[in-house]
Amino acid sequence: MELVNIFIKAVFIENMALVFFLGMCSFLAVSKKVETANGLGMAVVFVLLITTPLNNLISNYFLKEGALSWLLGAERAAGIDLTFLAFIAYIATIAATVQLVEMTIDKFSPALYASLGVFLPLIAVNCAILGSSLFMDLKELTLTQSAAYGVGNGVGFWLAIVALAAIREKLKYSNVPPALRGLGITFMITGLMAMAFTIFGGIQI
Amino acid sequence: MLRKLLDSMEPTFKEGKLKRLYPFFEAADTFLYTPGTKTKSGPHVRDGLDLKRAMISVVIALIPCTLFGIWNAGYQSMLAHNPELTPGTANFFEAMTHGLWAFLPIYIVTLAVGGTLEAIFSVVRKHEINEGFLVTSLLFPLILPPTIPLWQVALGIAFGVVVGKEIFGGTGMNVLNPALTGRLFLYIAYPAQISGDKVWISERAGQWADGYSGATPLADFYANRAADLATPMTDVSAFNAFMGFMPGSIGETSVLCCLLGAAYLIFSKVGSWRIMLSCVIGMVVTTLLCNGLAPDSNRYMAVSPLWQFLVGGFAFGAVFMATDPVSAAQTNTGRWIYGFLIGALTVVVRVLNPAYPEGIMLAIIFMNVFAPTIDYYVTKANIKRREARLGVQ
Repeated sequence: MELVNIFIKAVFIENMALVFFLGMCSFLAVSKKVETANGLGMAVVFVLLITTPLNNLISNYFLKEGALSWLLGAERAAGIDLTFLAFIAYIATIAATVQLVEMTIDKFSPALYASLGVFLPLIAVNCAILGSSLFMDLKELTLTQSAAYGVGNGVGFWLAIVALAAIREKLKYSNVPPALRGLGITFMITGLMAMAFTIFGGIQI
Repeated sequence: MLRKLLDSMEPTFKEGKLKRLYPFFEAADTFLYTPGTKTKSGPHVRDGLDLKRAMISVVIALIPCTLFGIWNAGYQSMLAHNPELTPGTANFFEAMTHGLWAFLPIYIVTLAVGGTLEAIFSVVRKHEINEGFLVTSLLFPLILPPTIPLWQVALGIAFGVVVGKEIFGGTGMNVLNPALTGRLFLYIAYPAQISGDKVWISERAGQWADGYSGATPLADFYANRAADLATPMTDVSAFNAFMGFMPGSIGETSVLCCLLGAAYLIFSKVGSWRIMLSCVIGMVVTTLLCNGLAPDSNRYMAVSPLWQFLVGGFAFGAVFMATDPVSAAQTNTGRWIYGFLIGALTVVVRVLNPAYPEGIMLAIIFMNVFAPTIDYYVTKANIKRREARLGVQ
């Protein structure tokens, strides 16, 4: 039940894209078509599913103060605090996972690989993914909790980007002022969507 | 006669020196006569009925709610002055006068500000002035509390018209319902004037009811949830709630008037009965689920579906807001899903979210955002099914 709560909270109440506005670059750039957005969303879910728990392990067994006691013994490890390495360690994990995903997609769905283009490797620097790991650190989640949290963040991003892509596909029939076409109107829609997401703000679970 | 006059004026506006003002002429013309041209974009109504007539039907359907809302706004402020008053004994004309004093300024400001913006946009962007705005401008005052400051009305409708509609190109191209966008904007920006228990009774009607506050039954439910279950939730009886003799936003209190409007919308085939019905189904199912799960302490979870239906803006939202043909789902299956989720989310927000006593507005906006997604996948599934039936790959 607790895991479900963490998941739901991550999807709706603390939505990465529409509440924290993280991962905006790919959110805005890859949302032209639902198919592509769907593919990116799934890739993000997968990457988060792997990296968040993995970074949780790294944090708990390498970086935190005294975390190395399994290697060095409790007394010698007590003074060692490697948390300043968190960013670089997390990014390394994320980059490696993204490579893995990239190769998988290239092998099994070349069409999707082509349409995602440069944004697939760029998942590595998607703020939503690093953000998930860092928030996980702040919230001091356990391994299973961090998995639920990671998947929740991914699904939230997925939902948001698919919804945005569907709106943008519908907007083809709209008559947006020329100055706003493209990114401008997408920003406005993102704002309106974020307004809609206030529906969950304040729910305590 | 009038037709001839209009026809003789047309070239002046179409090519002549008044070319820039053509939208105004066009609006006047098609308001009076069914135009000979077909709808080219936006919500398609394949009928002699064009977009304008469709929107006018909504206005007609809103009449009972508006009239009752005006009366009720007046009645509530009279009631604040004289607690012995009942709907039967209250002087009808006095109540109407008081109500008009509360309603008209809001309506006039909405029309003036929103209409001016709409006109400016239509001249600059060269689109038609649309009756869509007539609906928005009537809906907007009806979902506001009677005591709202007028500058906020102006700000809200400006946001609703410009950001909610015009930046997408005008009526028929927007993503969110403009009236609701404006109200949500006010709700987020100025929560003090649009929620709480001090705003629902018009004081402008007469200064004698100074500082009287009356909670809406919905807010009351929330505040008193710890009280015991046996007594009625508020001092509002089910009959009064159905008729609408209770404080609330101007147009939303009477379920009866909403049902009248719903009947007209369904009869004229402008509003989707699927959305209305599935909204109610979603609400009932979720409420029953909440009732089943309710621990004794949380009395709000145990509110019955009937009460959820009667109080607050549920009926109004489900009939007039959720069915907006532009921002709702446009496939029939999609409409069922869309409506069901609106009903369900409304109850979820009402019951679980302490930040908002009312959920229908947010639920509709939220589902507006997801309506294109629902449509996309419904269409997709449809294509797949047909391919399978025809044996294509």
